[in-house]
Amino acid sequence: MGVEQKLGNMGVVTTTLETVVNWGRTNAMWPMLFGLACCAIEMMSAQASSYDMSRFGMELMRASPRQSDLMIVAGRVSKKMGPVLRRLYDQMPEPKWVLAMGDCASCGGVFNNYAIYQGVDEVVPVDVFVAGCPPRPEALIHGVMTIHEKVKGETFKQYAEKYK
Amino acid sequence: MSQIEEVSLEKFKHLVSERALTGETMLLNMGPQHPSTHGVLRLLLELDGEIVVNCIPDVGYLHTGIEKNMEAKTYQKAEVMTDRLDYMNTVGNNLAYVMAVEKLIDLDVPARAQGLRVILTELQRIASHLVWLGTSGLDLAAMSMFLYCFREREQILDIFELVSGQRMMTTYFRPGGVWRDVPVEFEKAVRDFIKIFPKRVDEYESLLTKNPLFIDRTVGLGKLDGAVALSYGVTGPPLRASGVNWDLRKARPYCGYEQYDFNVPVLNDGDVYARYLVRIQELRESLKIVEQALNKLPLGPVRSDNRKFVPPPRSEIGVSMESLIHHFKLWTEGFPAPKASIYSAIESPRGEMGLLLEGDGGPKPLRVHLRTPSFDNLAVLSQIVKGHLVADLVAILSSIDIVLGDIDR
Repeated sequence: MGVEQKLGNMGVVTTTLETVVNWGRTNAMWPMLFGLACCAIEMMSAQASSYDMSRFGMELMRASPRQSDLMIVAGRVSKKMGPVLRRLYDQMPEPKWVLAMGDCASCGGVFNNYAIYQGVDEVVPVDVFVAGCPPRPEALIHGVMTIHEKVKGETFKQYAEKYK
Repeated sequence: MSQIEEVSLEKFKHLVSERALTGETMLLNMGPQHPSTHGVLRLLLELDGEIVVNCIPDVGYLHTGIEKNMEAKTYQKAEVMTDRLDYMNTVGNNLAYVMAVEKLIDLDVPARAQGLRVILTELQRIASHLVWLGTSGLDLAAMSMFLYCFREREQILDIFELVSGQRMMTTYFRPGGVWRDVPVEFEKAVRDFIKIFPKRVDEYESLLTKNPLFIDRTVGLGKLDGAVALSYGVTGPPLRASGVNWDLRKARPYCGYEQYDFNVPVLNDGDVYARYLVRIQELRESLKIVEQALNKLPLGPVRSDNRKFVPPPRSEIGVSMESLIHHFKLWTEGFPAPKASIYSAIESPRGEMGLLLEGDGGPKPLRVHLRTPSFDNLAVLSQIVKGHLVADLVAILSSIDIVLGDIDR
């Protein structure tokens, strides 16, 4: 199982640089160890033995934003937390992706009030929204795989335009 | 969006010692994003080298406005908010809330519903302590504890899913009983857990209780005196580890806890290790309660038949005009509650979880106030960490077992 099967005994493979880079990015996408509320517990469940996110190269949760590629916003974002979240996002190196986990991070959820941002996309740009209150670990994994699919389709031209 | 405010030392100089003003000690922020603060808690530390001189907790990063939101909803609908308070103890919060509502409107609860409530609340206590054990193991670099604890926790969450359809936010307890009767698979699922769990607790203990590294990191740390704990309003395992025998399940029994035979573990050391031992013993005691409650679980209705407060079953609506009216009234405007003020409290995994509910004669509460255990337990942190190393602060903080949703609500 692996690249050897595809290669046969040729020892050479031709591909594009974009494919190789994106393959690398999807298979070692390190999330930031950053839990906010209830969804963080389901995020921990997804990391733990039953669901095991390390199957996707994501077992390494980095506590420092400087070392992480993916920010999983797991929980409600209060007005006091919003600026902190933005600073953490700004500290992450490019390329970076954001996954809004759960209803609160996606749209405010049940908390339509003075204290909570009605969706974390008011603070940072979001790539994938995962519904649920809280989403099951399977739903989170599906969201992560959706991000992987997105990354696989990205081209250098898009990057160049995005960060011009 | 507002920016992070730059604060000068002048603004909080009353909180730190004079040495900080001269630059002799260092001020350091721990959090709001930090792996060992168990949520978005910010601790402002004043450090002399590696020794903590002052520790000032700054809460509010998860302030959700739950109390105000509950006041805008009818009594039935406000219950979903309570799940999201202390998200490790979701059914326990539901219990505190429905008990307050039942007290306010004077509603009876069938015996089977009481038994189911006890079983699920105690399972939730076990699940909560397992998360605590796993994450505090992580804080002390015992990574494998996390994986083992979450394995058993999944089994409890499967039971919750079986009875309510949701893993965490069940809202299974309703005023007057529970949502519906448990499925037939419920008893086997709980019996399987009862059978397997004592061996698993032995396994956890074999990893930690006599582990010299664990003992070095925990014994004698963060000593909390019983009198100090009481003066700060500390409740739950931190209080019982300091030699005060106070458990609401014994002191003010609710939900029929007086029928069950269980011990309240009390230790006198008041350090991190004692808090660990208290929680480990509580795992076993909770399992005892679950087993007794399951054996005693009577048959019968699971919801009160007082139609003024409890909606009629679907089967009645098609044949009874009165039921249809009740259904319509309850789900459109809710039930009115008398003008009264009610406090009801339960023993949550973290301590006394209380709820003050004030009715004004209408279908919505006039005021909801929550007495959450983590808030008071965190207050004592600044007292017990003084003079310890920063690395030990992590162990002490995790031994208090705070949940930020519970503190900030």
